[in-house]
Amino acid sequence: MASVKLTKVEKAYGAVKVLHGIDLDIGQGEFIVFVGPSGCGKSTLLRVIAGLEDITGGTLEIDGKVVNSMSPKERGIAMVFQSYALYPHMTVYENMAFGLKLDKSADKSEVEKRVREAARILQIEPYLDRLPKALSGGQRQRVAIGRAITRDPKVFLFDEPLSNLDAALRVATRIEIARLHEKMSDTTMIYVTHDQVEAMTLADKIVVLNKGHVEQVGSPIELYESPDNLFVARFIGSPAMNILPATLSRGEGGTHAKLPGGNSVALPFAIEAGQEGRGHLGVRPEDLSIASGETAPFIGEVTLVEHLGEVTLLYVDLGQGGDEPLVAKLNGSSNVKRGETVKLEARAEALRLFDEDGKAIRPASMRQAA
Amino acid sequence: MTNVTIGAPPTDKAMAAEKRPATRSKLSRQRLRSAWIFLTPMLIVLALVAGWPLVETIYYSFTNASLSNIAGAEWVGLRNYYEYVDYGDGEGEYFGLFFDSQWWNAVWNTVYYSAISVSIETVLGLVFALVLNAEFKGRSFVRAAVLIPWAIPTIVSAKMWAWMMNDQFGILNDMLMTVGLISAPVAWTANPDTAMWAVIIVDVWKTTPFMALLILAGLQMVPGDVYEAAKIDGIHPVEVFWKVTLPLIRPAILVAVIFRALDALRVFDLIYVLTPNNTDTKTMSVFAQENLFQFDKFAYGSAASTFLFLVIAMITLLYIKVAKLDLGGGR
Repeated sequence: MASVKLTKVEKAYGAVKVLHGIDLDIGQGEFIVFVGPSGCGKSTLLRVIAGLEDITGGTLEIDGKVVNSMSPKERGIAMVFQSYALYPHMTVYENMAFGLKLDKSADKSEVEKRVREAARILQIEPYLDRLPKALSGGQRQRVAIGRAITRDPKVFLFDEPLSNLDAALRVATRIEIARLHEKMSDTTMIYVTHDQVEAMTLADKIVVLNKGHVEQVGSPIELYESPDNLFVARFIGSPAMNILPATLSRGEGGTHAKLPGGNSVALPFAIEAGQEGRGHLGVRPEDLSIASGETAPFIGEVTLVEHLGEVTLLYVDLGQGGDEPLVAKLNGSSNVKRGETVKLEARAEALRLFDEDGKAIRPASMRQAA
Repeated sequence: MTNVTIGAPPTDKAMAAEKRPATRSKLSRQRLRSAWIFLTPMLIVLALVAGWPLVETIYYSFTNASLSNIAGAEWVGLRNYYEYVDYGDGEGEYFGLFFDSQWWNAVWNTVYYSAISVSIETVLGLVFALVLNAEFKGRSFVRAAVLIPWAIPTIVSAKMWAWMMNDQFGILNDMLMTVGLISAPVAWTANPDTAMWAVIIVDVWKTTPFMALLILAGLQMVPGDVYEAAKIDGIHPVEVFWKVTLPLIRPAILVAVIFRALDALRVFDLIYVLTPNNTDTKTMSVFAQENLFQFDKFAYGSAASTFLFLVIAMITLLYIKVAKLDLGGGR
């Protein structure tokens, strides 16, 4: 019902184009997260959907109706802002009721009922008579969410709602938002963040944006397992996927990727003739482990060791000059020391290939599935 | 923004600090000393230029001082304010400032002028501020242009307007007669019906920019995201103005109004230049100046000045109380 459909949506400020023809299909009740680095256009895209910014090209449909020229209210959306945007001179109750009170269709008892219900869900009932300045950051954000709930929106928009909260509160509020999504299962939610943990944990579907383009749309696991290109590969996952330049060639039983150091790894699927030559090999830090045998594809000197308790991060200089170090994430605490030479290996299935332009090269079976 | 928790139980740290007064007091004594070092020059200057003249004025209001004989002033008690002269035959008369109809006329003129001009300036200033706060081409130019009347010295603008309002050669009469709004020239600054309004018009012209500037500063403090939230809430712009903008800039408006009211209550130069010797526009300050320096009734003028001071002080205190103005800066 409350599906959101974007067709070639463009946004330009004068001559500067911020969104370049975004196509997106969002189903009812889905939780969609827009992620991307700062300046990628994710917030602009959200504001375009909200109706706070005009669309300069393409169409936006909500519920199958083109809403390009409709006001935020007519679109049936509600939005939670990064800065909370509460009315500073109104109490919590007034903040939540303000939009409803002026709506002729809702009578007073109905307004009261809705506000109380939202306050109950968010556990802000004790603060209804307080002014926003007497609340903590987390409470303020809950009020902002409550204000959005009372509007009973078709589409619920979040613009980096957790980025002004401290780390502990961020996790707690994140879980609350996930619960809220379960309760309001018919409501479509669109959430903007630059924090990939938020994206991975909350989203049904993640939209990775870069410079006003959609790089990839998919479930969190899809993006993690099978990034479409180098940008998504680097953006999803922490620490980021290691990308090494490689020369790709077809060989017996699969593909060989030759690394600059002379070592070569074999992948268990065949590439096409046109994909031979220069490319990239990607391997996630968590897929690397200390090699058991005499030889290993990744050999280098450890330049830095970070002990995080549950994992140990090794920064390994592969001796290829200039490049970023290879990062390996080992379980538990490792006794590898700085200056030592380590041999690392990864399972063949964990390796990812990209062509020279950064597009993923996938096994034929996966290509068909995608 | 800081969150102050009132009545919070003392923390362990604070209790520990209380037990060690020696180290704390040394630091606070040092701070106190530097505060006094910075404050003293200003306090001395204030005492010299504001405190001393005020005390002198109040003192002379209880004497029989005249301009020619200030040094020989003698104490006469309340005689300048209130005196009953018994004519001996059972009849008598009250004298003094409290029974001077000219003085009460001046008080009324002042209050009337202040109330009307400050009200008009507030409304117009708010409109100007809203316009200047909007985004449009050439905004900085308009902002500067609007301030010009405020930048012109009062004497100059009063004289300028006096010429424009001149009954024989004034451009105002010429324009109104050309358009056909009036049939005969009006002596704007002399006519009892128009004199006060002439003064008010010039004052509004001159000080609306000041009002606009102060309110504009208040408008710029309103966070923009609140307006976006209102847009999402689907609130009509007119409603947003009354329910969001106005309450949020209320402190700025209240401060601007008190600034202007204090100025208006002691208005002198504009009236002295634009409508000299006109009882219809004579204000408390003009009354005091006349008695002090023109009528050689220095003591009586001092009494008027003292009374003026009391009236302004009372109106200010009343205003602060009624408007619940927080001059402490707490938000």
